[in-house]
Amino acid sequence: MKKILTTPISDEDLKDIKIGDVIYLNGHIVTCRDVAHRRLIELGRELPVDLKGGAIFHAGPIVRKKDGEENKFEMVSIGPTTSMRMEKFEKEFIDQTGVKLIVGKGGMGPNTEAGCKENKALHCVFPAGCAVNAATCVEEIEEYHWEDLGMPETLWVCRVKEFGPLIVSIDSEGSNIFEQNKIEFNKRKDAALEELYTKVHYIK
Amino acid sequence: MAKQESLELLKNRIAGFVDLVGKKLPEDVTVKLKELKDEEEMPMAKMIYEAMEKNQKQAWELNRPSCQDTGLIQMFVRVGTSFPYADELKVILKEAVAKATKEAPLRHNTVETFDEVNTGTNVGTDSPWIYWDILPGSDKLELDVYMAGGGCSLPGQGKTLMPGEGYEGVVKFVLDVMTSYGLNACPPLLVGIGIGTSIDSAAYMAKKALMRPVGSHNENPKAAELEDELVKAIDSIGLGPQGLTGTKSVMGVNIVNSARHPSVLSCAVNLGCWAHRRGTIVFNSDLSYDSVTHKEVQL
Repeated sequence: MKKILTTPISDEDLKDIKIGDVIYLNGHIVTCRDVAHRRLIELGRELPVDLKGGAIFHAGPIVRKKDGEENKFEMVSIGPTTSMRMEKFEKEFIDQTGVKLIVGKGGMGPNTEAGCKENKALHCVFPAGCAVNAATCVEEIEEYHWEDLGMPETLWVCRVKEFGPLIVSIDSEGSNIFEQNKIEFNKRKDAALEELYTKVHYIK
Repeated sequence: MAKQESLELLKNRIAGFVDLVGKKLPEDVTVKLKELKDEEEMPMAKMIYEAMEKNQKQAWELNRPSCQDTGLIQMFVRVGTSFPYADELKVILKEAVAKATKEAPLRHNTVETFDEVNTGTNVGTDSPWIYWDILPGSDKLELDVYMAGGGCSLPGQGKTLMPGEGYEGVVKFVLDVMTSYGLNACPPLLVGIGIGTSIDSAAYMAKKALMRPVGSHNENPKAAELEDELVKAIDSIGLGPQGLTGTKSVMGVNIVNSARHPSVLSCAVNLGCWAHRRGTIVFNSDLSYDSVTHKEVQL
């Protein structure tokens, strides 16, 4: 059976979810990436949306104005961007906003692990490049804010249905699947290099 | 046809091709991804490959860019010295990108530096970014269009090694990139490697390597062998799709090389994500066209 979270998300909802699990989301998710993080944390500007119990998506979508409707946009294509760029800000971001679910691409670091553990939150990976899959999970763009940042960086507030698959990469205990995998990857890399070194003696 | 009409036609056809490149992967990439999916044994990796396949199908059916990050458009242009529209080409390419941006639609990805303003058109100072070359004695125009997001091929990495570090240093540099940056660059990757003299030429060749089809080989037998050895080595790390582990790591490794100054050995790595949106089209002087990457193209 599909494990589906619904916003607002509580601490209780997350307690049995572990790294490597696959979950889905119903409710709302807000796109929030580089400059939005910088504005909140470095510039001290208040976010124009309440994220308590909510979800953010490290993503910059393609949207299209809806014909004949004022200020309404349609989601064309949306997928995750590299989450690591937000690592610098994410712990404080979680502390300040009470966000429970962060969706992005690739791993994040110790800062986010601590934020997820202390405040009970998750980081998940949506398969990157699968932007039409994701767009078809968006029922409506209900609001948007900070459109001065341009299409990729605007905060698009999306109502989603069974948004996923979301692969849990950091759980609410702070375990990190990418960091665990890296240990094994580096061992295999060292073994592969030993063999490669014997084959590249071109300068003699 | 009056010249103005021809220029309009060329612009419209290039715009149509840019639009298409964002929605449909080249045949060599599609074939390789299917092969990787079919061979994959790990359940999580298989699920991701299935999501990827479904996405490409949906993108085509719904006529949408398959990945939201349609890149800052980069082009490799090889223009025949007798191609009749060479003089106007730079302007035409910019206009074509602006047109595709509206029609596809593409994401607005051109931010003017220092002013830090998104132009909203994908056109700006040297955007699209174009590499120029000439085709002596030809009346054709060959165009590679490349659309890559900010997480894969735009960052890239390079290093000028001392010859004493040898090619051992090169392979170590490449593999270190795989287990650090490569994880987040949307594997399975097409790995472009440039090896030569200066850091800038290596970086250029690494990007050029990504314009070569998946499964093609360098003309130099030693370099070709190293391409295969690197595929084996990187696959043995088992990055899997999205870097979440899997049986393999890459779609391929392409090396482009040049001669080097005796004092240096420069190498650069440029990673192409799995959604490797590369298109090659050739225009004849009458503006008829043919594409090796998108054979069915109708512009």
